[in-house]
Amino acid sequence: MFAFIIRRIIQAVVVMMVISLVGFSIKSKIGDPVRDLVGERVTPEERAQIADKMGLNDPFLIQYTRFVKQALKGDLGRSFIYNKPALEVIVRHAPATLELLIGTALIIIFVSLPLGIQSALQPRSLLSRFTMSFSTLGVSMPVFLTAILLIYLFAVNLQILPSYGRGETVDLFGNGYWKTGFLTHDGRMHLILPCLSLSSIMLPLFIRLIRSEMMEVLETEYIKYAWAKGLSPARIWMVHAFKNTLLPVITVFGVQMGITFAFTILTELVFQWQGMGFIFLEAVERSDISLLIAYLVVVAGVFVLVNTVVDIIYGFINPTIRIAGTR
Amino acid sequence: MTHLLEVRDLEVKFALRSGDITAIDGVSFTLNQGERLGIVGESGAGKSVTGFSIINLISKPGFISKGSIHFEGKCISDYTGSQMRKIRGNRIAMIFQDPMMTLNPVFTIGFQMIETLQAHRNISKADARAIALEKLRKVQIPSPEERLDQYPHELSGGMRQRIIIAISLLADPAIIIADEPTTALDVTIQAEIMDLLQELCETENMALILITHDLGVVSQVTEKIAVMYAGKIIEFGPTDKVVHTPVHPYTIGLIGSIPGATVPGEELRQIPGMMPTLSNIPEGCAFNPRCELCEPICTQKTPELEEKQNGILAACHMK
Repeated sequence: MFAFIIRRIIQAVVVMMVISLVGFSIKSKIGDPVRDLVGERVTPEERAQIADKMGLNDPFLIQYTRFVKQALKGDLGRSFIYNKPALEVIVRHAPATLELLIGTALIIIFVSLPLGIQSALQPRSLLSRFTMSFSTLGVSMPVFLTAILLIYLFAVNLQILPSYGRGETVDLFGNGYWKTGFLTHDGRMHLILPCLSLSSIMLPLFIRLIRSEMMEVLETEYIKYAWAKGLSPARIWMVHAFKNTLLPVITVFGVQMGITFAFTILTELVFQWQGMGFIFLEAVERSDISLLIAYLVVVAGVFVLVNTVVDIIYGFINPTIRIAGTR
Repeated sequence: MTHLLEVRDLEVKFALRSGDITAIDGVSFTLNQGERLGIVGESGAGKSVTGFSIINLISKPGFISKGSIHFEGKCISDYTGSQMRKIRGNRIAMIFQDPMMTLNPVFTIGFQMIETLQAHRNISKADARAIALEKLRKVQIPSPEERLDQYPHELSGGMRQRIIIAISLLADPAIIIADEPTTALDVTIQAEIMDLLQELCETENMALILITHDLGVVSQVTEKIAVMYAGKIIEFGPTDKVVHTPVHPYTIGLIGSIPGATVPGEELRQIPGMMPTLSNIPEGCAFNPRCELCEPICTQKTPELEEKQNGILAACHMK
């Protein structure tokens, strides 16, 4: 198992190297660090001087090595719109996005598991028929449309949920970095609509995935054998079938959470949610290249981290993987 | 004297869209304590369905449409799901065909053994583990302690079948139903597993229902044989008599087609034609299109199972 974890971590590092290379190439081709630093009211001669001093005329590889070294120290360049280190801007906005993702993941887990299992066990029941047809609808609706419909229904018509912003937040560690909305009632109310609209795409997918995987597992010989051993239906379904159903679902969950991360940009825009996606759009609008690259690297990092963790969890659940790792 | 197991006039149907299909048509047999019965036939003859219907585990959409099954004097074919669960794996254990598919891949051997015991007895994990260990020793598995913590994929097919036999022994059942227990294994391991099963049945005084297409295996292990064809028992009797002096033309054909019965170099004998599918079983005797002795009566009247010679029951008009 240890060897397996080490191997997965090495893979993750390699992926991050490739991503940093791509990010740096973009930066070195279209970015203008001089402008980031001094603004636009400086003469071309002075600019050229500064560029030389900053090593912008050095060979590509040397510049890239410097970029990686600085990145490892946490320096991903300066954002000129915020006039702060780009990484700090991202980190300050990350908790908002992260909380959006956590809320979405919770909704997906606690809704798709019971519904998926129920519709696998009783595929002909009224509830599972309803779930199935409703999930087709959910899959085919784009996130921003769901978001607008949700706002129209709950914020405009019923006026029971807020339509924008994060509401009241609490400083989690007392240093101003992580302001959480989970700890206040107002903050939680503000989380509901964005999380619902963000989960609307993944939820039907997971219900269907869990359902089909579970139905397949229920047909296997080892489930039939579990019946022949005289085990109770609850144990057969929730222990024997469930664990085998979970294996493929966990892998897909890791990948899909990454995609959901990308969808936060739309959701944050609609709900004016001050997260990473929101500042990303701002950076695009005002071509703040350093901030864009920082966003790219951080998002890729999160993506890789989530997938590595998911793979390791998978390794713990699936014994055959563990063996392959020790060899 | 009441029998340990008595299957009377069992009929199993499968509900299909095109209508019900009869998979088992009026099967009756009895089994006494410690007795070993073989059910032989081609694939599709209904032997597995017979086995599974005893513990009411026929795959959907199959169901018992007629007849009764009595076990230890009680009519278990009327049992509810939770009553039946107390019998399965406890009083009547089953061994499946393919040991590579039978064990759950994500749980250890120990987990799968202990849960079986805990499903039937109020027993602590440590006690259950001790019993599991004892049964693993009985099936002669090398280093049984280690096996308990291993996963199925770490073991070979023969080893897994031994473990499944050990699982079936856990609750000291009265009957073991073995559905083609050696079909998926190598020939050398087949013999070992069959010897083990026979020995265990003798020492533990367990009854065995051995379902197989392999007449050679049945003749070594069992005391009685039921030959099935197209959902019916067509010949039933003591093993040595059925093997040496078969009555029904189908059984004669089956025994004649065993490679050992022919001179080396000569072409193997076989029964011409194929078993009919369940949806179009011919009128009269189901075997009549393939039978050398077929007379007009065979295509009109279904023969009953009746005593023919030296204790053999057979369903044939011609004998």
